[in-house]
Amino acid sequence: MIISVASGKGGTGKTLVATSLALSLKDNHDVQLLDCDVEEPNDHIFLKPDITRSQAVGIPVPQVDKEKCTNCGKCAEVCAYNAIAVVKEYVLTFPELCHGCGACSYLCPEKAITEVPHDIGVVETGRAGGIAFGQGRLAIGQAMAPPVIRRVKALTDPDKLVIIDASPGTSCPVVEAVKDSDYCLLVTEPTPFGLNDLTLAVEMVRKLGIPCGVVLNRAGVGDGGTEAYCRKEGIPIHMTIPLDTGIAGLYSRGVTLAEGMPEYQKDFSELYRKIEEAVRA
Amino acid sequence: MREIVVLSGKGGTGKTSIVASLAAIAQNKVLADCDVDAADLHLLLNPTVREENDFRSGQVAVIDPEVCTQCGLCQELCRFDAIHDYKVDPIACEGCGFCAQVCPVEAITMRECLAGRWFISDTKYGPLVNARLGIAEENSGKLVALVRRQAREIAERNGCDYVISDGPPGIGCPVISSLSGASLALLVTEPTLSGIHDLERVMGVCQHFGVKAVVCINKYDINETNTAAIKDYCRKNKVEVAAMIPFDNIVTEALVAGRSVVEYSDGAVSREIKRLWDKITGVVAG
Repeated sequence: MIISVASGKGGTGKTLVATSLALSLKDNHDVQLLDCDVEEPNDHIFLKPDITRSQAVGIPVPQVDKEKCTNCGKCAEVCAYNAIAVVKEYVLTFPELCHGCGACSYLCPEKAITEVPHDIGVVETGRAGGIAFGQGRLAIGQAMAPPVIRRVKALTDPDKLVIIDASPGTSCPVVEAVKDSDYCLLVTEPTPFGLNDLTLAVEMVRKLGIPCGVVLNRAGVGDGGTEAYCRKEGIPIHMTIPLDTGIAGLYSRGVTLAEGMPEYQKDFSELYRKIEEAVRA
Repeated sequence: MREIVVLSGKGGTGKTSIVASLAAIAQNKVLADCDVDAADLHLLLNPTVREENDFRSGQVAVIDPEVCTQCGLCQELCRFDAIHDYKVDPIACEGCGFCAQVCPVEAITMRECLAGRWFISDTKYGPLVNARLGIAEENSGKLVALVRRQAREIAERNGCDYVISDGPPGIGCPVISSLSGASLALLVTEPTLSGIHDLERVMGVCQHFGVKAVVCINKYDINETNTAAIKDYCRKNKVEVAAMIPFDNIVTEALVAGRSVVEYSDGAVSREIKRLWDKITGVVAG
C-alpha cells in the first residue's frame, strides 16, 4: 500500500504526520518512508536516518559534436523548451531548460548529438530505526523537481507499507509525488488559507482518481469552515491534532510527535486502520 | 520602481499574512501573488476583478486512433512514461513533442493547453495581479513570470514605487521565476529546525541568482534557542535580520476576520511589521 501525505498549503503538518505515522506503524509493518518534498526535504531532521547510499540525479542533456554538426537547425526546431539554439555556426545548449526528452539527439540527421548527464540533485537512502528511508534533494539553483521526485519514487518497495511525503501546492511536483498512491492524506488547518488550499488539493487528488481523507492539525485556531467543507464534500476527517504549544515546541526542536508524546502512537495506528478501511471499501 | 519578493523555503511561515500587512502599510505599490498553485493573498485583499485572461502554455500530445497503426515507437521513445496502450496520459505528458515528430504515420498532434487563468484586480490597497494555475498543470514558472511582468508594467505605467510579491514555498521553478531580477528578497522563517534548514536552502538560491536578501523571523519567541541560531547564521552570511515578530494568535484571528493583522490590531506584531517595512524601504533605497 502507498499512502501519500499532501496539503495544498505549506506548513500545515505534512512532515509531522508522515514521520509520526511511519514511527507508529514500524513495529507491526515493514514501513518505507520516501520524502518527495525534494525542494525542502525535512523528514531527515526528525528521523535522523543513517544514510548509506547517495546517488546523483542527472537528466540527459545534449552535447553536440562540432565535427559532425552541419548547423542544419533540426535540433533547435524540435526542442519544445528552447534549450538548444543554432546561431550562425554555433549550437548553444541550455542544460537548465532541458527536460531530457531526447528528441534532439534522436532526430539529428548527422547523429552529432550525444546525451550527457546534467546533475540536478541527489537521491539518498538509508534506515531510520526500523524504517527504510529515502529522500531526494534538488540542487540549489535548479528549477526542475519532478525528475528528482521520479527517482525517489523509483525506490518504492511494493512489499512494504510506503509513506510518501509530498511538497506543498497542487502543481507538477505534487502530482508527481502523489500519483499512483492508494490513498492520499491531506493535512490542513482550520483557517481560511488552510481551507482554500485544501479545496485545491481535493480537486487535484480527484483529478488523479485517488481517494483522500483529512488530518486536521492545530484544531482550535481559526474557524469551522474546513469542517463544514469536509462534511459537504463527504471527505472524512480521520484525525484531529489540537493546537498545542507542547506539540509546536517538539516540532521546533526536530522531535516527532510519536516520540515526544508517545500516547499519539495509538491515534496514528487508528489513522492507518481508517485508511486501510477506506482503501478496501 | 523596486520589486520586493517574499519567500520562505518552508511553507506556512507567514508569507501571505506579512504581505497583506505590507499591502496595508506601503504606499503607491502594486501587489503580485506569485504563489500560483495555492494562491491565498486575495482572501485578505478582497479584490474586485477588472481583467481576467487565459494562460495558454505548454502542449499535450493527442493520438488519433483512426490513424495510429499501433507501431509502438512513441511509447518506446517517450521518456516520461506518458504513453500506454497507444493513449497519452495528459498528466504525465511534458509536451516535448518527440512522439509527434517521430510518428511514422503522423497520428500525433500537439495541442496547446489552457494551463490556468490570471487576473488584474483593484483592491483598496492598490492593484493586484494574481493567477490560478490549472489543477495538476505544469509551467508554473511561466505563469509566475507573466504575473510579475504584468505587475511591473502596471507599476511603471502608474509611476508606482514598489511591486510587492507574495512568493511560493520551496526552491524550484516557480521560486526561481519569482526571484530572478528582483530588488530584494524578504525571507520569512520560523525558529524550528525545519524552518532553519529550509531558510538556508532558499538563501542559497538568492545567492545563486545574485538577489539581496533580508530575513524576518516570525514567531521568534516559540523557540529562542533556534532564533539565536538563525541570527548567528545570518550574521555569518552577512544577511540582515530585519524583524523578529512575536507569536500571537491575533494573526490567525485577523485571518479569520479576513483582514491584515496591522489593520486588525495595533499590538506588538503590527508594530514589528511596520518597523520591518521601514527597514525594507531603507534597504532598497540604499
